Amino acid sequence: MAMFATGTAAETLAQSAPMGPPRSLWADARARFFRNRAAVASLIVLGLVAAFALFGPLVARHSIETIDWAILGNVDEAGGPCFLSGPDNEIPPCSDSGHYFGTDAQARDLFARTVQGTQISLMVGVVGALIAVVVGTLYGAISGYFGGRLDNVMMRIVDILMSIPYMFVLILLLVVFGRSILMLFVGIGLISWLDMARIARGQTLSLREKEFVEAAIATGVHPFRIILRHIVPNLLGVVIVYATLLVPSMIIYESFISFLGLGVQEPLTSWGALINEGADQMRQGLWMLLVPLFFFVVSLFSFFFLGDGLRDALDPKDR
Amino acid sequence: MSETLLRVEKLDVTFAIPKRGALPWTKPHYLQAVSKADLTLARGETLGLVGESGSGKSTLARAIVGTIRPAGGRVLWRGQDLTQYTPAQRRAHGRHVQMIFQDPLAALNPRMNVGQIIAEPLATHRPEIGATDRRRRVGEMMERVGLLPNLQNRYPHEFSGGQCQRIGIARALITEPELVICDEPVSALDVSVQAQVVNLLGALQKEMGLSLIFIAHDLSVVRHVSNRISVMYLGRIMETGPAAAVTATPAHPYTRALISSVPIPDPKLEKSRHRPILKGELPSPMNPPSGCVFRTRCPIARESCAEARPPLEPAGPKHDVACPYHDEVEAVETAK
Repeated sequence: MAMFATGTAAETLAQSAPMGPPRSLWADARARFFRNRAAVASLIVLGLVAAFALFGPLVARHSIETIDWAILGNVDEAGGPCFLSGPDNEIPPCSDSGHYFGTDAQARDLFARTVQGTQISLMVGVVGALIAVVVGTLYGAISGYFGGRLDNVMMRIVDILMSIPYMFVLILLLVVFGRSILMLFVGIGLISWLDMARIARGQTLSLREKEFVEAAIATGVHPFRIILRHIVPNLLGVVIVYATLLVPSMIIYESFISFLGLGVQEPLTSWGALINEGADQMRQGLWMLLVPLFFFVVSLFSFFFLGDGLRDALDPKDR
Repeated sequence: MSETLLRVEKLDVTFAIPKRGALPWTKPHYLQAVSKADLTLARGETLGLVGESGSGKSTLARAIVGTIRPAGGRVLWRGQDLTQYTPAQRRAHGRHVQMIFQDPLAALNPRMNVGQIIAEPLATHRPEIGATDRRRRVGEMMERVGLLPNLQNRYPHEFSGGQCQRIGIARALITEPELVICDEPVSALDVSVQAQVVNLLGALQKEMGLSLIFIAHDLSVVRHVSNRISVMYLGRIMETGPAAAVTATPAHPYTRALISSVPIPDPKLEKSRHRPILKGELPSPMNPPSGCVFRTRCPIARESCAEARPPLEPAGPKHDVACPYHDEVEAVETAK
């Protein structure tokens, strides 16, 4: 057996040293993500929707609650989007009214209301996903890492919370404590992290058996440090993917609640509430349904494509 | 060589295996992975631990490191019983005992760069060392194990297996431990890289006065690096003694079979020698044979072997064997 002296090993290694800039797994994933056209396109679309929600108020010429008395009473004829204005209809031109998306049944500016609805819906989705990511990941990682009796107790709590019909509880909460955005967030926060906790726990169970975790335990690293430095960063790929898929489902929950007439309170609105009102008017003013529906559908599709792209980028093995 | 660093006394490790589909309160099956194992290790010494897969070598090592709780027995570190330590004391003790793993890549966190990986034990045990000083020490350690120190911000997957194992070695040595447990450190590497890593370990051992416990199933590697060798079978230590004596004049029939299974790189010699091939498979550790656990596969087994577990008894200077009939092995084999 030819034995190499350790002194010369350094020189052989110098030649085989990795070239180019350091590639972390995150950098690799980013490169893979940007090769996925659908995902990049949906990221751009979501950026536009977010910009619409953020900068829309600067463009809107009316507040969400002012009633345009000139149109009220004749909404069916004159309330349409102003860019459709022409000689064969009664819609006032944009330079006059500024109702880019038309008005709703109460002759309030639909553009301003859509901007405001987008803000609420996106916020609900993002807050729900954030709660899920922070609470669910830590809860699942702690449960899975320590295992044994603690794991049993923590997971049974999740099971019990999951067995409660959340929609019923959410509706009760909104009825008992009054309809407010805060109550909506509380309700969504209560349920959104449960699935995430299970997913994080499952992943942690397999990560705990990995040798690098054992190496950290053998070294004497504190358990909470192991969870934060070794478990959570390796969970994050799955967690991010699940979170992007969770945003649209949170938006759907909220929309459903608002569609039922609970949820956000007038004059505030959300996509669900706007779609509900639009559906009532769909025979006379189809635009009232189509405008919020367009934003809703486009955003949900984008979130799903984004989630797909992230999944392909972050764990290329389980495609 | 005289000072005893580590003494393992009658160490038992048991795993509870829950019955499939059983109710939670039914008693699980118990698997005795290590049974009444004794080891001693002097300062600066290398102890080779050999045995086939499932013999409990790695479990014994993990019980010494502290990632597995032993069910009985004692692990004495300079006379202090580690099994009585609180979790915090045990963690602090990690500074003195480090471990090198079999799969070099799996032992490195893929989300951390090499500098962070190697610095972790230092950050854990010597938090008073500042970030710049820590980086300098990591660089020095990387140079000592044959890695370029400017690769600190690289990630593990950018390195080859041998380089990853060097990273693992650097991480194990950064706190200047007294004992390093190598769990099959070269089994996953190419033969030429194996030699590099083994030689590196040997050189660092001399430099730093380390004690090593070297686990392997490859006897030719163990013979090369060890001062003493212990042979394990089904969680029991079968034979223990100086490396030269165990490999040249093996006393236990199991050790003889292990040694004869190492191929000789000479076809003529290989053909002419007598090889006692072991019959059968390793028995299930859930239900080990009574008395001597090796009797089901032993060429010289007799009825009395089933009665009681044979104790380790001397077969030569510092050479112990757990077989009362070890003098007869030779006679039986030549008669065949």
